Amino acid sequence: MAFVTANWNPLGDVFYRKFNLYSDWKMKEDLSNCLIAAAPYAGPIALMINGSHKERSPSLRPIMEIYSSSGNRIVSLPWKSGQVVHIGWTTNEDLLCIQDDGTVLIHDIFGTFKRHFSMGNEVLQNRVVDAKVFPTAYGSGVVILTGAFRFTLATNIDDLKLRRFPEVPGLLRPPTCWAVLMQDRQPKIVLANGKDVYVLDNASCTSVIPPGLGPQVCGFTQIAVSFNYKKLALFTDTGNIWMGSSSFKDKLCVVETNFKTAPKQFVWCDRPKSDNPTVVGIWDKVLVIMGKTKETIKFYQDEDVHLVPEVDGVRIISSSNHEFLHEVPPACQDIFKIASMAPGALLLEAHKEYEKESQKADEYLREIKEQNLLFEAVQQCIEAAGNEYEPEMQKSLLRAASFGKCFISNFPPDTFVKMARDLRVLNAMRDYIIGIPLTYPQYKQLTIEILIDRLILHRLYPLAIRICKYMKISELQGASRILAHWACYKVQQKDEPDDSIARAINHKLGDTPGISYSEIAAKAYECGRIELAIKLLEYEPRSGEQVPLLLKMKRSQLALLKAIESGDSDLVYTVVTYLKNEMNRGDFFMTLQNQPVALSLYRQFCKHQEPETLKDLFNQDDNHQELGNFYVRSSYSNETTIEGRVAALQSAVDEYNKAKNEFAAKITEEQIKLLRYQFRLQKESGKTYLDLSLHDTVQALLLDSKHKQAEQLYKDFKIPDKRFWWLKISALAEKQDWEELEKFSKSKKSPIGYMPFVEICVKHRNRYEAKKYVAKVSPEQKVKGYIMVGDLEQAVETATERKNENELNIILSKCTAATDQSIVEKINRAKAQILKK
Amino acid sequence: MAGRLDAPELPDFDILKRLARDQLIYLLEQLPGKKDLFIEADLMSPLDRIANVSILKQHDVEKLYKLENKMVQGVSDQLCFLVRPRIASVKHVAEIVNADKASARLRKYKIIFTPQKFFMCETVLEEEGIFGDVTFDEWAFYLLPLDDDIISMELPEFFRDYFLMTYELWKEMVEDSENEIKPRQAEIGRVFFLDRDVDYVTPMCSQVVYEGLVDDVFRIKCGSVDFGSEVTSSNKSVKVLLNSQDKVFKEIRNEHFSNVFGFLSQKARRLQTQYDKRQGMDIKQMKDFVSQELKNLKQEHRLLSLHIGACESIMKKKTKQDFQELLKSEHALLEGFEIRESTSCVEEHINRQISPLESLRLMCLLSLTENGLISKDYRSLKTQYLQSYGYDHILTFANLKQIGLLTEQQPGETLTAVESTMGKLVTDKAVGKLTDAFSSLARKSHFRALSKRLNLIPRTEEEYDLKVPRDMAYVFSGAYIPLSCKIIEQVLERDSWTGMEEVSRLLNNNEFITIERSMDAGYSCNVQRVILVVFLGGCTFSEIAALRFLGKEKGFKFVFVTTAITNSFRMLESLLES
Repeated sequence: MAFVTANWNPLGDVFYRKFNLYSDWKMKEDLSNCLIAAAPYAGPIALMINGSHKERSPSLRPIMEIYSSSGNRIVSLPWKSGQVVHIGWTTNEDLLCIQDDGTVLIHDIFGTFKRHFSMGNEVLQNRVVDAKVFPTAYGSGVVILTGAFRFTLATNIDDLKLRRFPEVPGLLRPPTCWAVLMQDRQPKIVLANGKDVYVLDNASCTSVIPPGLGPQVCGFTQIAVSFNYKKLALFTDTGNIWMGSSSFKDKLCVVETNFKTAPKQFVWCDRPKSDNPTVVGIWDKVLVIMGKTKETIKFYQDEDVHLVPEVDGVRIISSSNHEFLHEVPPACQDIFKIASMAPGALLLEAHKEYEKESQKADEYLREIKEQNLLFEAVQQCIEAAGNEYEPEMQKSLLRAASFGKCFISNFPPDTFVKMARDLRVLNAMRDYIIGIPLTYPQYKQLTIEILIDRLILHRLYPLAIRICKYMKISELQGASRILAHWACYKVQQKDEPDDSIARAINHKLGDTPGISYSEIAAKAYECGRIELAIKLLEYEPRSGEQVPLLLKMKRSQLALLKAIESGDSDLVYTVVTYLKNEMNRGDFFMTLQNQPVALSLYRQFCKHQEPETLKDLFNQDDNHQELGNFYVRSSYSNETTIEGRVAALQSAVDEYNKAKNEFAAKITEEQIKLLRYQFRLQKESGKTYLDLSLHDTVQALLLDSKHKQAEQLYKDFKIPDKRFWWLKISALAEKQDWEELEKFSKSKKSPIGYMPFVEICVKHRNRYEAKKYVAKVSPEQKVKGYIMVGDLEQAVETATERKNENELNIILSKCTAATDQSIVEKINRAKAQILKK
Repeated sequence: MAGRLDAPELPDFDILKRLARDQLIYLLEQLPGKKDLFIEADLMSPLDRIANVSILKQHDVEKLYKLENKMVQGVSDQLCFLVRPRIASVKHVAEIVNADKASARLRKYKIIFTPQKFFMCETVLEEEGIFGDVTFDEWAFYLLPLDDDIISMELPEFFRDYFLMTYELWKEMVEDSENEIKPRQAEIGRVFFLDRDVDYVTPMCSQVVYEGLVDDVFRIKCGSVDFGSEVTSSNKSVKVLLNSQDKVFKEIRNEHFSNVFGFLSQKARRLQTQYDKRQGMDIKQMKDFVSQELKNLKQEHRLLSLHIGACESIMKKKTKQDFQELLKSEHALLEGFEIRESTSCVEEHINRQISPLESLRLMCLLSLTENGLISKDYRSLKTQYLQSYGYDHILTFANLKQIGLLTEQQPGETLTAVESTMGKLVTDKAVGKLTDAFSSLARKSHFRALSKRLNLIPRTEEEYDLKVPRDMAYVFSGAYIPLSCKIIEQVLERDSWTGMEEVSRLLNNNEFITIERSMDAGYSCNVQRVILVVFLGGCTFSEIAALRFLGKEKGFKFVFVTTAITNSFRMLESLLES
């Protein structure tokens, strides 16, 4: 395979190669007349035809065209806005067109206008002279150079904060060259004004001197910053190139060239972990690669080219070619370098011989094995496969690796498997139709997740899903997410009817986990398709998720319904509050009336915050019972005067009557009566009676010996006899008015019997009085009465009379052996007698 | 009551506590520097179980205040409020903030809502004009493990809010927390959800197992109880944690009260012999004894004397004639005998103003067991009650009626209900006869039917030995098996609801939904026997004791999740309106 190295060009110890990414690349346009921008990581290419400042013929409208990296024209449309100074791609592949009035227009890769923003008012006067778009830690940044030679910069266009950089001393014309740097997540500008080099940041302007450069230098004419912002190259008017760290602390090398003029384009051709600083410059039709060494590599181009620095090389775009230039990766060099004896080279050779069924295979293998390098050989082949662009070459390298693997026990399979998988993905991406010719290092740098995002941006949903499945990316991160994006795109298809879109989406998405129909519906709403949004929301299984969007679409009734369905009262409340502000009061109440859950929720709120509204609610509902309750409550909590309280209660009576709750009405009327009575009593006696219950009022009167008034209440309020008797005897006993108690006991037959008399006397420790009543106690309770007053003897007698063994036993349990010996005997005798019968 | 040996292990719920604590600390640290912490009254006890004062102090809490009507200004320049998402609480906070504004004092305010923030809280803050002055956070503290097998959400108001106001704000929270509970590699085999309104009868009964009695008499709060001077026989009151860590309590908590005293005296004797071991020890043995055993003995001694004190105090209060009679009439109500006598007993109870809540409880029990009071009784009892305790209770009665605890019988309602069901069950011909038969029985409440269907009332012929309980009825002296527990037992026995259709119909159209989860192959049968019972609206210690008993008998382990521990008093208190 000697031809592998055919396009290799040596530069010092290393080789550079340049190859076509797509064989049938063709761009109609002449690049010389265009603004051109290509997104890094094999991104799309944008042209602004006739946009170029100088040669613009006024009659021609500029045309914006966007091509995929494989040369497919994605879109071409006439530019209708102002004079464009610069175009550039953001990290998420949006095209920024920076106009001379400071306006920045954002289009997506399909040329659809997304939005615009301005780089500040100051620009309006001075116009934009130059601009750059650059990737930052936060997204993408934009920097402009105004006609007043001041820089204005935004670090993140999605969170626009304009920063005006300080003035550069002595800058009276545009700097000869300038570039943006990111250091410690802070953007800086390096610029050269003649022989002075400055580093500008937010606050300061620092003059720097590139170390190790001869004194004869009078000016710097070109500047190039490496892809990772770590290295910097300056082209001097003496034809020297200074390469060093971007901090200007270290010099890497200084190279002499024979060119006196500045190159038209000047970029780094770098790769991660490389120690060969290399830059590429274009002079007229010559492309020159320059490194540490004296010699250079020259390619003669027959047309205008554009250089696009990548993380591991440079893309070279011209009307008829799309090429990639890079340093041949070490693994490939090791294997393919002519007469290489590296283990990988030997293994590849061995495998070739093996396929030819030649015994040489064994010889090669032995040679590797003797050096114990088979492991390294396999590794090398795998690595080299990743860095080869042609699938055939990848295959033969992987086959060799696989062959070598057979002779190693326990070779961990994952590197091989991973590489095979990655390559499959990469080859799919490089396909002409897809047009993302990523190299392996670019792909690793980009990560599979971002690659998927890019496919989504390119609306390559099926491929994205297939890759996710192939790479075993979780459903949530992968397929579901992609489907959701697809659906969001689908709803924007204006020519399809709502019905079929909704159905198509549901058909494809089904119940895929992690899909939020409400998000898709929100997108539909954004596109002004309310009906479609509602249809999509129907598929949303979580009612709670439907609500916010429905509210946004002013479908508040439906939102209320869904909120209630969700069972999330907080959400219901949110809708209720919304409705309250949205509707007039009558409609609002009507709506609530039909939704008991919402209604009770609102009532709860009103109870605390708007008691009057609560009343209105009940009123509207003709809920007289609740209205009655409402008035009762307010008579207790709100009213302070007796008149107010009575009036509230009177309203309650009316409502209760309307509710046909006679009981409540009657009892409320009685309460009014009682209140008035208590009020009068209070005025007469100066004691507090208000708010005592009827029972307590009578009791208080009795304790004050106001028997007449108590009797009055007893009659007026039809207090049951039983209660009155209980009240009276406990009050009398409380006052130790035993005489009155006895009188009362004889006044008429007690409705509660006489046991309570005994009990109350005992309670007040007056056994003497208690005994008076025992005799009157009903036979069933007599024994209990006697026990209570402590007359066990009588108790036994009564029990014996009643021939009640149970009672006798109770008495027995009260006896103590020491003192009640005789009683115990009596009981036993009585029990014996009962038993006999 | 030794349990079966093959009873499965319980999952460890202590992690819930640790999680809650870590999160709270994180939230407190979000407000760096010294701060005063205002805590809503009913969060004090739960908070104490999660993070005590010294932990709070470690995280720069300068002073602790109870958030109440009284205006407290606090001393720090930062105020932190820990509240439930209630309108009233938010208004308190607003008052404090607005007072500061009036006196031109600048401070930082942060409200931590637990377990979550509701939209209406923001609305209230907005209306009070302080929305921009405060910051919020949520402390997702849903579940507090009170014991190895009891987890409480500490939401006592759930009962009122949900069942009375049909105000469902908490509902979603309850559902949320259920998801949290199911650990990924399922440790719980089955879950029961019980709405409190399925069974109001049980919580309305006087509790007679020790833990329940302690709750009824002393009010257990968040797993701990304050024993007053009458228990400690000193003038100090003592706060005691009541859980399975307390060895004495562990053995008596589920016992019928009549056994507890005997057990305690036995225990006392055993303790004494252990103390007596000292005699005849040589010095080394004595040293070991003092260093190892004595501490435990002392601890046990202390607990023992506390529980004995508690028992005495309970006895004093409860073993009076009144209580016995009360229990008797309760049992009569449950069995449905001597309704008239019971009614007049209740009436007397009211007339004598013995206890407002007790009277209400009896009225409710009467109504529940009889499927509503007959109109005459309904009116007269209510009138009596209002006369005794004040007219404002008319609102209380409105609440009780709405929630279904105390209702009026609709004339003829029960009869037709029975008729119509009979119609479904038997052929037309038989209906006539049956209707005749039923009209003689006249009234037949749902509770009665349920009780008959599920054998809730054990036959009374034989004496019920409370020392060796034979079924769950022991928690009510052998007179009644708690309905809620019986339903669970029946379902577990059948392993489904089939055959229970009649029961579910009798439970007033409560729908029973079974969600069968496909059992993974690796599902051990031990997991199958760990059962989560969720009570929405509270459960009582009697129910817990009954199910623990069932678990021991059948080799199940029950884990209880409840919105709060409840009893008749708490339930009724929450419905009082005054």
